[in-house]
Amino acid sequence: MIGLFKRNTLGVQDFPGFGGFSFLFYLYLYAPIVVLVAFSFNANQSATVWTGFSLDWYRAAFANQALRQAAGNSLLIAVCASMVATAIATLAALGTSRGAKFKGLQLTMGAIMLPLVLPEIVVGVATLALFSTIGLSLGYGNLIIAHTVFCIPFAFLPIRARLNDMDLSLEQASADLYAGPWRTFRKVTLPLLMPGIFSGLMLAFIVSLDNFVISMMVSQAGTTTLPIFIFGLLRMGVTPDVNAVSTLILGVSVLFVTLSYLLGKKKS
Amino acid sequence: MHALPIANALERRRAFQSFLGVSPALIAIGLFLIVPILIVIGYSLMEANPYGGVNKVFSSDAYISLLFQRQLDDSLAFADSYLIIALRSIGIAGLTTVITLLIGFPVAVWLAMQPANRRGLLIFLITVPFWANLLIRTYAWILLLRNTGVINNSLMGLGVIDQPLQLLYTDGAVLLGLVYTYAPFVVLPIYATLEKMDIRLLEAAQDLYAGRLRTLRKVVLPIAKPGIIAGAILTFVPCLGAMIAPELLGGGTRMMLGNLIFRQFSDARNWPFGAALSLVLMAAVMLVLTFYALRAERQRIAKGGA
Repeated sequence: MIGLFKRNTLGVQDFPGFGGFSFLFYLYLYAPIVVLVAFSFNANQSATVWTGFSLDWYRAAFANQALRQAAGNSLLIAVCASMVATAIATLAALGTSRGAKFKGLQLTMGAIMLPLVLPEIVVGVATLALFSTIGLSLGYGNLIIAHTVFCIPFAFLPIRARLNDMDLSLEQASADLYAGPWRTFRKVTLPLLMPGIFSGLMLAFIVSLDNFVISMMVSQAGTTTLPIFIFGLLRMGVTPDVNAVSTLILGVSVLFVTLSYLLGKKKS
Repeated sequence: MHALPIANALERRRAFQSFLGVSPALIAIGLFLIVPILIVIGYSLMEANPYGGVNKVFSSDAYISLLFQRQLDDSLAFADSYLIIALRSIGIAGLTTVITLLIGFPVAVWLAMQPANRRGLLIFLITVPFWANLLIRTYAWILLLRNTGVINNSLMGLGVIDQPLQLLYTDGAVLLGLVYTYAPFVVLPIYATLEKMDIRLLEAAQDLYAGRLRTLRKVVLPIAKPGIIAGAILTFVPCLGAMIAPELLGGGTRMMLGNLIFRQFSDARNWPFGAALSLVLMAAVMLVLTFYALRAERQRIAKGGA
């Protein structure tokens, strides 16, 4: 790891001290996460003194009925919301980069980015106001709707980036070879776009799984998500089983981000 | 001549297809975000229902109570408690932005100077914590900062201090958590502006006897400026509405706007006031973003004209 931050000769592009400073920055980014993961394997009751390795807290976490229920809710909502959001975002990405320019394109892009730009608490308040006004209480449905909306920009960005990087000449070649627009789309554009779509799907999935502020505003009794459940535990005090659950959630996020990264790197 | 109408028809058809493509997104965001914001405007002008929700009666109380308190004799007296929370939020968001820029700039410069084959991994390592659950990342700082936490235990073990330092539930802790959350937001846009910088510019500067500090100030900083501004906005805007760091690391007593809004919908049960506060926050965010967009537009025109 240290090797990444050191160089032997001082070149024109080397600024002394910046390497060391960056190393400290990476340390700052990862120190709390490392401490959290380490303490989740601690044998001790008190969550902050190390006494030995143990998997007890994972056993306790898996045995907790309410926790399993919350995890199940979170997964269900994340799967539904990320899939719907990705479908919507794929169409929108195709519409904004492949079709002809239409009036209001700039405004459309602004609207798609809106859930990303507005503070989460404002989006939460607005969604709560809507559901309360029309009296919508579908349980999971409410949360799925709310999550779908803020997942759209997260799914949209990687798909559109992929579309913009794609070589137009392949689609032109297909059209030259008498493939109709639909056939060109299905046989050329879509397969090339697939890594972008998967990347968007995974980011949307994580963003939904992790969301706390908007879920907290919108959720009703019986639809507690995992972050809401953890927040409740934190209010009671720091206990080691929170560390275990947190480590599991971090693991899932890191897995999906890594997959998304690797897919994005794949050359067309 | 004959080709023209056909091209136009084709063009129109493609424009229509584009419009069809974006329409589901527009419907979803219009119906479930833009319409709800209009409802929030409506709520902010209604009477609070003490059991939660609103009574459908016009009232400007929500806006009046932003700055005034109604006395027993129904007169209004200036009250600054909410103003202080708003100013605090702006202050903390501003300070967070300055600190993240001071930290992020050297890291971004260093990243941009790395050989291309290493950069991908180093950038990826900066983005990973961003995707990890914010609640959990903030909670992890409690493990480090609290009185029996890793930092106090280590310092006491080393004999540097006898009594644990009060690190948690302070403004410093909130600041630390926010800087931690938003530092990647500053590093990435600055890095993006420097990534394609021509190294020969640095050679030229140093051939002309500019020291490293001067090169940094006169060559690197101007190139990085758009990234610095983008990073500052990406930090300042979400910080204004931050809720998790003040709640967990500030202990709920060091409130920011986000917490104040949340309270109105939970314990305080004053939806109209919460709605008015949300609109104030949204207006502040929109103001910053409009300023940024206008600036970017002006520069685009200036460049196009040259």
